[in-house]
Amino acid sequence: MSEQTTNETTKPAVVMGPVLFNWSVEEWVDFHARIADEAEVDRVHVGEVVCSKREPFWADRLPEVIERLQRGGKTVVVDTLALVTLKRERQIVADLAGLDGVELEINDFSPLVHLAPGRRFAVSPLVNVYDEGTLGVLAKRGAWSVCLPPELPITQVEALAAEGRRIGVETQVFAFGRLPLAISGRCYHARVHGLAKDSCQFVCNKDPDGLAVDTLDGERFLAINGVQTMSQAAIAVLDECERLVAAGVSAFRLSPHHCDMGAVARIFRDRLAGRIDAAEARSRLGTVGLAVPLTGPMMTGTWPVPTPRAAARG
Amino acid sequence: MNAPTRIRPELVCPAGTPAALRTAVEAGADAIYCGFRDETNARNFPGLNFSPAELAEGIRFAHDHGAKVLVAINTFPRAGAAKLWHEAVARAEGSGADAVILADLGVVAHAAEKHPNLRRHLSVQAAASNPDAIRYWVETWGIRRVVLPRVLSVPEIAAINKEIACETEVFVFGGLCVMAEGRCSLSSHATGKSPNMNGVCSPPSHVLYEEDHGDLVAKLGAFTIDRTPKGVAAPYPTLCKGRFTAGDYSGHVFEDPVSLDAAQLIPGLIEAGVTAFKIEGRQRSRAYTQAVVAAFRKAVDDHMAGRPIAAEMTRALAEGQSTTAGAYKKTWR
Repeated sequence: MSEQTTNETTKPAVVMGPVLFNWSVEEWVDFHARIADEAEVDRVHVGEVVCSKREPFWADRLPEVIERLQRGGKTVVVDTLALVTLKRERQIVADLAGLDGVELEINDFSPLVHLAPGRRFAVSPLVNVYDEGTLGVLAKRGAWSVCLPPELPITQVEALAAEGRRIGVETQVFAFGRLPLAISGRCYHARVHGLAKDSCQFVCNKDPDGLAVDTLDGERFLAINGVQTMSQAAIAVLDECERLVAAGVSAFRLSPHHCDMGAVARIFRDRLAGRIDAAEARSRLGTVGLAVPLTGPMMTGTWPVPTPRAAARG
Repeated sequence: MNAPTRIRPELVCPAGTPAALRTAVEAGADAIYCGFRDETNARNFPGLNFSPAELAEGIRFAHDHGAKVLVAINTFPRAGAAKLWHEAVARAEGSGADAVILADLGVVAHAAEKHPNLRRHLSVQAAASNPDAIRYWVETWGIRRVVLPRVLSVPEIAAINKEIACETEVFVFGGLCVMAEGRCSLSSHATGKSPNMNGVCSPPSHVLYEEDHGDLVAKLGAFTIDRTPKGVAAPYPTLCKGRFTAGDYSGHVFEDPVSLDAAQLIPGLIEAGVTAFKIEGRQRSRAYTQAVVAAFRKAVDDHMAGRPIAAEMTRALAEGQSTTAGAYKKTWR
């Protein structure tokens, strides 16, 4: 039921990652309906990765969203939670692992105890796959796709992509969006609003792309999204596309932001098909309504450069 | 499952140098953890750690004094370079180590296959935070002890211990990660050097102090992490302990500059079924190691003998820093 992507002659897949932010259920359903109908993506991820408190809002709409995406010809991948500690969270993971008719992406190792031998799964960028050993162990257990950690240097990405090609596992890179950098037991949205996590009033819903964190000198630095910390700038893997595809990277992940993600998908589709160069892709990404600054990926050593907030706003 | 009888907990103490190892053993450590002088361990700082010969000698010393040595090989290998990590495991076993502390799935699988008789502990860097994840490591890879991430409360730890078939180890003192360990790229984002890949966080090589308008600015990489008026002690710019702005908030967005002190929670943690208490600080001085190990030796012994744990015992050791019980006390919820 999923598209073939590990063959080196096929075009790289464009993948819509899971929505990492706390969007209203209406917006979340509408977003997936638009992606189902319009977006030039092969695969769409759904499911709550960041905070289990958000899950009840849309859990009963999930079947309808999955059905809609499948009707639009998209392969659906359901994501599990990244940081699982509570009994309720373990139950959510167990339930997702038991879903039929969809692919599963693991965000920690806890789903593996629920998966029958032979049941295949994808591996998220929040799972630590740094070397061939780990890639091989996961492949043997049933991993068919691995999105590599965003902090990996490009030479490491190339080495793992080559190994993935050798053993028949798709390697994927996080290609667009604010980078997920850390996950915590503590909720920073609640903390900066003077609230406790258990009575957070879901304040993270005020920031559909996360809340910017600046240095005391007013430089753009990080962003918070509930218990998650992200880069403030959204990264875009544009200059590196040919090199990555040549190495064997076979899927590019776009992380949904509050902008025209259908247009973002078209830009990456055009870029990966060689119809446009990196400069044109970058210029077109400037027109999709993205409210956060863009930068290059960590993989090429593009560490964020301090940008004064006022200047960056222009 | 845990036996109902109360077992004397193991006090696991840090050693960044052979001298610190001897000091910690003499101060009452039940076990020492340490690492090789390379990128295979998560405290890869200049001037720290052990050569293979030093490790072998340190293990002999510890064993002569009835203490164990656990070797931390707990970073994630570079693609194409796993051999260095594999050799570290082989060297640890050859030197007589009592266990290795591992984080990477590939390294764990390698150790299980090639060194089946070497006891395997799961590093906190592997972030196994629930009974299901722990079951995977125990049932598939024969992990005997899991170092729990510092995101859990005492009742959550108790619940985990009821469901798993291995020992647990928890941090009780020292530096406090506010993020799930092994799942944080903040240092990497600011400096290009990370705990997972390089064994360093907010590394001194990227720290810069600058004067600006009468303030002392503490920077990491190119970023201002904190600013203090001249004359006030400037904090070390550990990324997650810095001051930032977010919306209308200005201050310690992630965590105050506090360190962990769970001495008072020792009875509760033993009750929760914890096997081993870990003290952070392989980068600290011998004098510090001596004082902290001795204080926790006394705390554990007092509790086991039915005496209360002195409230002020560890206060002075935090060196003027405020302390917290972190996630253990559920204040994060």
